[in-house]
Amino acid sequence: MVEYFTQHILSFAIWMPILAGILVLFTANDNKPNVTRWLALAGSVASFLVTIPLYTHFNVADGGFQFQEGFQWILSFNINYHLGADGIAVPLILLTSFTTVIVVIAAWEVIEKRVAQYMASFLIMSGLMIGVFSALDAILYYVFWEAMLIPLFLVIGIWGGPNRVYATIKFFLYTLLGSLLMLVAFIYLYHQTGSFEIVDYYNYPMPLNVQVLIFLAFFAAFAVKIPMWPVHTWLPDAHVEAPTGGSVVLAAIALKLGGYSFLRFAMPIAPDAAHYLSGFMITLSLIAIVYIALVALAQKDMKKLIAYSSISHMGFVTLGFFLFNNLGLEGAIVQMVSHGFISAAMFLAVGVLYDRMHSRQIESYGGVANTMPVFAAFAVFFAMANSGLPGTSGFVGEFMVILGAIQVNFWYAFLASLTLIFGAAYTLWMVKRVFYGEIANPSVAALKDISKREFFILATLALLVLALGVYPQPLTDVTNATVTQLLSHLAQSKLPAGL
Amino acid sequence: MENIRYDLITALPEIVILSMAMIILLADLFLKQTNRIAIYALAQLALLVAAFITFSTHTPSIGYGFTAAFVDDALADVLKLMIYLGTSLIFIYTRQYIQLRNMFRGEFYALVLFSVVGMMIMVSGQSMLTLYIGLELLSLSLYALVALDRDNARATEAAMKYFVLGALASGMLLYGMSMIYGMTGSLNITEINNALMGGENIHSVLILGLVFVVAGLAFKLGAVPFQMWVPDVYEGSPTAMTMLISSVPKLAAFAFIIRLLVQGLPTLAVDWQQMLMIMAVLSIIIGNVTAIAQTNLKRMLAYSTISHVGFVLFGLMSASINGYASALFYIVSYVLMTLAGFGIILLLSRKGFEAEQLDDLKGLNQRSPWIAFLMLIVMFSMAGVPPTLGFYAKFAVLQAALQAGYLWLVVFAVLMAVIGAFYYLRVIKLMYFDEPIDQHPIQAPFDMRVTLSVNACALLVLGLMPQGLMSLCGYAIFKSLS
Repeated sequence: MVEYFTQHILSFAIWMPILAGILVLFTANDNKPNVTRWLALAGSVASFLVTIPLYTHFNVADGGFQFQEGFQWILSFNINYHLGADGIAVPLILLTSFTTVIVVIAAWEVIEKRVAQYMASFLIMSGLMIGVFSALDAILYYVFWEAMLIPLFLVIGIWGGPNRVYATIKFFLYTLLGSLLMLVAFIYLYHQTGSFEIVDYYNYPMPLNVQVLIFLAFFAAFAVKIPMWPVHTWLPDAHVEAPTGGSVVLAAIALKLGGYSFLRFAMPIAPDAAHYLSGFMITLSLIAIVYIALVALAQKDMKKLIAYSSISHMGFVTLGFFLFNNLGLEGAIVQMVSHGFISAAMFLAVGVLYDRMHSRQIESYGGVANTMPVFAAFAVFFAMANSGLPGTSGFVGEFMVILGAIQVNFWYAFLASLTLIFGAAYTLWMVKRVFYGEIANPSVAALKDISKREFFILATLALLVLALGVYPQPLTDVTNATVTQLLSHLAQSKLPAGL
Repeated sequence: MENIRYDLITALPEIVILSMAMIILLADLFLKQTNRIAIYALAQLALLVAAFITFSTHTPSIGYGFTAAFVDDALADVLKLMIYLGTSLIFIYTRQYIQLRNMFRGEFYALVLFSVVGMMIMVSGQSMLTLYIGLELLSLSLYALVALDRDNARATEAAMKYFVLGALASGMLLYGMSMIYGMTGSLNITEINNALMGGENIHSVLILGLVFVVAGLAFKLGAVPFQMWVPDVYEGSPTAMTMLISSVPKLAAFAFIIRLLVQGLPTLAVDWQQMLMIMAVLSIIIGNVTAIAQTNLKRMLAYSTISHVGFVLFGLMSASINGYASALFYIVSYVLMTLAGFGIILLLSRKGFEAEQLDDLKGLNQRSPWIAFLMLIVMFSMAGVPPTLGFYAKFAVLQAALQAGYLWLVVFAVLMAVIGAFYYLRVIKLMYFDEPIDQHPIQAPFDMRVTLSVNACALLVLGLMPQGLMSLCGYAIFKSLS
């Protein structure tokens, strides 16, 4: 039994939350929501516990895929159910299963209608996203990648705000368009190599023009998901309309699917194109970092502001990828994980306010620190982390990427570090307007401070942000070997000999 | 004597169904309305017996009967089994609907069985004459079925439209066939192929004949630019008939194309490939774009059918074993999806109320989460979103087209699939995000609920494990065509 488990950890990590989600659906009774809630919590905690061995049993010296398992799935097209995780995937898998627990707790009393469907959506989504991070077969990956759109589509559409229909359909169609082009690239590679194994694609040589087309097809899928400027416009809409849990998953994990996929597909499959287009990618990243930060400064809606801040921070991630050096790449991965915690916390904080006031507008608030001192302390801490204060995880990733950028080009680093100013500006200005000053109106005066449940979630996230900021080594240890191996792969040209 | 016995055995399933249709017509005269259910049972029994015969007499080899005008090969057997399955589902889904609308009579079951015989003859036709007879038997039964509800003006209008345009298409088909006959001197598919291989013919006349044949077939399939009748007939017909028209006959039309174009005219492949390509592209555009503007659910599904036909043509135009197998896989998946989709529409209809506007689906998740979930699967499957069967159908067709070198057409089809996704998503939006207008409890017989659940869930299960169906389709095409 134990042996069976250790050989199929990834399958357990994927299917346990999905089965738990299906089970939760059968308890659909809004009159007795507590049964559903406890079941969902048990399911998510169990799913999180299942993923922990991925970290404890991880061999840090091995940069390749570990925990591999698989069988032939669709013989007609040589598609395999092949799973495996390397140093980049493992932290993201843990992030996913952890975030799901947070989301379930955060929804505890907040979601009152169709509780079972809400909880089930998140549990199933969690399994599907872990599937994306651990699939080693292109079609298996694609199935997980697309399937996870369905629960998220429903979550935003059912429990979202007034303009939710527009936002969720826009989100779905944007992502679908990009991913279908990726599917065409997969089919092309299949006809060339006769396989859907991702590893087979790594070693398949291609001329530059083919590589560029393949890279662009992947770019269409991943740039939308990350999202990079200028295909980011779906994200602020989706975030504003999504319920808190939806925003948390979107920011903390869904965006990382795009980042992760660049490292898994676009770059190693088309390394020459990645080098060839690196100027383009870096330019887009820098525009995201600087321009979107300025856009964030102008926002009046708190969720929109954090959404733009997410795009700006994800700009750091893509910048780090295309520097092609160790610091940049590792910094980008740290940034992904750190952004997972910080953005989740920020959206939860907005959720806490929204649940009480039913407004996300900055102008509806003022002086909240007077009525909610404990909450204000957390909010200020996360705001500091978001603007990259040393000692928090936000600093580590950004600093590493900036250091990596200096090695390549001073101006890249200069522009990127502007975010330390802009980021502080928009975050702290929001904090100032919401939390400090006079108590703005009677409803703010009537606010009650956070409950034990809310305290627990925010405190857990705060500890993680601090831990990662002070001592990031447990994370970088895991990623190190994989990053080194990836960089050496990227340094080798895949152009066919004689071209 | 030996020959006749062999002939009869090859056509035994057809004979069984035909006899049962006759028996039903006769028995209907002597049955009271309260005992009519016996007719339903007889019709289902006929399908079951035919399925048993087809299954138990199946061999991977190709057998000819009736002086090689009739063929019994793997493709025919697989398609026939699908036709029995589809028709049986139609009987289950429509029973309550036609009972409530005074159409629960022997004619309905006899006509449907006649149309099934027509389809089976098309599937097994190895001569242009047999193919044509099968097609006419199918079409005439369908015209009559659409008009079965005598006092329904809309249905009568739809039947008229269907009949006039269908007759025109049959005429074109026959005209094209006569030219091919004139050039090759034979009606038999195999002999036509041999004659064309030999050379010695006037290419321009053949092409002219081919154009008429393809136009006639496109009419029956409902491919652009011969799609005009589809939305009107779908909308006007009683939903039970729409379900029939839109589902199983497509299998027979597919077989017709395989028999005539692929087996009979492979020497002209370059020419019909181009025609199919143009029709495929137009069907996908018109089908998907026009569907967005529809407010009537049945019309929307009509345009959705047109776009699905475009995807099937995509597989066929690849003109390879891989392409035909993927087209077969697509059309089988399409039939399963359509049956489930229309099944849900029938489920939501009740006495005096037709659930045919998109708005009738509003808030379905609150009225019945399970049925809404089934419809969700059907819609995502039609949109081609994994993990549903529809995804693998599109995947198979696209990879075949890409293998044949149509990279940019594949990119185009993919962009159109995104447009298509929009109107399927709108259905989900209505069911899940809106408040219900209609608060009537949903009533349906137990067998219908169970079958419908199995049907819709099969789209999901086959999406997780598509290998079986893929192998079956590959086997049918491979054994019959290579």
